[in-house]
Amino acid sequence: MKKYIQDAGLGEIYDKVAAAQRLSFKDGLNLYRCPDILAVGYLANMVRERINGHNAYFIYNQHINYSNICTNLCKFCAFGRKKEDELAYEMSVEEVKDKVRQRLDEPIVEIHMVGGIHPDLPFSYYIELLEGIKEVRPEVHIQAFTCVEIAHLAGLRGKSIEETLEELREAGLGSLPGGGAEVFSSRIRERTCAEKLSGADWLKVSKAAHRSGFNTNATMLYGHIETIEERLEHLEALRAAQDETGGFLAFIPLAFHPKNTEMASISSTSGIDDLRNIAVARLYLDNFPHIKAYWVMIGPKMAQIALSFGADDLDGTVKEEVITHMAGAETEQAIGSDTLIRLITEAGRVPVERSTLYDVIAVHTN
Amino acid sequence: MIEEISSRVLAGERLDDKDFLALEAGADLHQLGFLADSIRRKKHPERVVTYVIDRNINYTDICISACKFCAFFKTPESSDGYLISKAELKQKIDATLALGGTQILLQGGLHPDLQLEYYEDLVAFIKSCGINVHGFSPPEIFHFSQISGLSIGTVISRLIEAGLDSIPGGGAEILTDRVRNLVAPRKCSADQWLAIMEEAHGQGLRTTATMMFGHVETTPERLEHLRRLRELQDRTGGFTAFIPWPFQPDNTVLHDHRTNMRTSGWQYLRMLALSRIYLDNFDNIQASWVTQGPKIAQLSLFFGANDFGSTMIEENVVAAAGVSFRLPEQEIRRLLEEGGFTPRQRLMDYRPAHPAENSG
Repeated sequence: MKKYIQDAGLGEIYDKVAAAQRLSFKDGLNLYRCPDILAVGYLANMVRERINGHNAYFIYNQHINYSNICTNLCKFCAFGRKKEDELAYEMSVEEVKDKVRQRLDEPIVEIHMVGGIHPDLPFSYYIELLEGIKEVRPEVHIQAFTCVEIAHLAGLRGKSIEETLEELREAGLGSLPGGGAEVFSSRIRERTCAEKLSGADWLKVSKAAHRSGFNTNATMLYGHIETIEERLEHLEALRAAQDETGGFLAFIPLAFHPKNTEMASISSTSGIDDLRNIAVARLYLDNFPHIKAYWVMIGPKMAQIALSFGADDLDGTVKEEVITHMAGAETEQAIGSDTLIRLITEAGRVPVERSTLYDVIAVHTN
Repeated sequence: MIEEISSRVLAGERLDDKDFLALEAGADLHQLGFLADSIRRKKHPERVVTYVIDRNINYTDICISACKFCAFFKTPESSDGYLISKAELKQKIDATLALGGTQILLQGGLHPDLQLEYYEDLVAFIKSCGINVHGFSPPEIFHFSQISGLSIGTVISRLIEAGLDSIPGGGAEILTDRVRNLVAPRKCSADQWLAIMEEAHGQGLRTTATMMFGHVETTPERLEHLRRLRELQDRTGGFTAFIPWPFQPDNTVLHDHRTNMRTSGWQYLRMLALSRIYLDNFDNIQASWVTQGPKIAQLSLFFGANDFGSTMIEENVVAAAGVSFRLPEQEIRRLLEEGGFTPRQRLMDYRPAHPAENSG
């Protein structure tokens, strides 16, 4: 096995990984450039098993996208709409509560809620959303509002990030998802999402949230116009932030879906690139507890394989996924927990149903 | 145990059945990948991955076989079945030629009434359009023999006379009679399938071999399938490639029993790698993007596959079972290049379609 890794030119990195040493930027480049995905995956699997054993996590959650109206209109996005667009929508607080109410008979432990940067919904709307969900389902954990939305909400409130987060916490916010990170590089942001919160500010909001006692996730949108160096700079910045605060739970590489976006001429990501981003992230982000293979993005088949290439989490049962499907995702919109359990078990892992904060709810062994 | 077997595989030794079962039960995905990939590199050190441009033409969907895993066929009593017309055939062939196609993959149901002369005429007509015919899987050949009362050898030689170039490896399913009796009781037996391929090889035709797995078969039955193919290949050397693909359950009779058992990407890659490791006398292993989609198919190039199969300008049988991936040639080439391989269009017998193309 080691010989195969050495033949792939990764002998030195193998030694570092075996000794649990931190990888350098140059190591990261070598991993991204190594044509041998099996060798890269094997190394990532070493780290994955060291940190998470054979556990493969999933969560029973409900996705709610309260509105697609957005002033940012990023070029890689097929979800966001101008307010006057015929496909624009926004849910009232009552509609969101109804969505939660309709699924009260299911063992949902997390509401995952994000939306666009809405031009005129007031701060009180967001507070009422959180309070409304908690009113219908008091015990549920609400993971909501990306750093981009949090910065927008702080602007609406006219208070600091920390003070705003405190008010959101009181209304029911439990943690932050990892969206809006895209690729931190200002070159990429200027070309794809010039209106969006900068990479540096995204990290500032994350760290502020961590210092306020929130856990958050981090993502990277790959497979558009970013270079390998820019991907690694992104990972490097996340690793440094995590060294400071330790508040990130999971890193989630997101495959760019070009359909219906302004960047539709770009090809979809390939399977090897999907696995490579998971594997390199697992190797590079040595201080992140979890790496997620989000099956909605890469398909259940690849997500299952990813469990041997660094990933330890498949996200959730996810019904009504909208954002990726508007960009032409051909995956199913929902997978039942029985299917997730089967995929995990078959791949030789232990299916662990978790809470948002990775508390174990059930271990599904037959 | 696994280490010991691995070192023998890497030394180029042939695995016996015990070794296969030990790997199947004990090797993890990475170990199988490393072994299969090492063999692929030895057999194809040039990092070329081939593909063929062809079109599946199903001359009829009327079939007396009624296999339980099939969502394509119509019974002879049903009024929905079709038989292709020459005008339609010509139009499909011309479209194939226009896309740089080199052959027609010609297969159809086991039609109760058509005579051997019909098939001879079909082959001759296609050939007259200037394209090769890769046609008639063993169950069809067997059926023609039954209908005509002629021997297998005579049927094959008459089809060759009419212009048949090669035979596809379909209808193998799982080559054990227990499985065939369960899922395809009216199809030719395992022995007959193999005898037809042996006869074809003897008459100078090259053929492929397939395996459809992930339904009612056991692991030892998969192994028996591979063993019998390897034995025949030792005798004839006539197989160009092995093509394993998982059963696609939608719209089939078997579906009800197997709703939650769709073969996953993980199982597919393992079986693909095990096939590459065990079938040491097969030069080529094909990925099945038609059933697995482009992402897993690309990954399969690291689990033993060195061929991407066909561009399948038309495909009806898998699509009827609820799976329809489409990949134009340019997209296939992009996937191969992104995987670190040089794409090369080939003919049925794996010679380059454009001999001038740089062999590097």
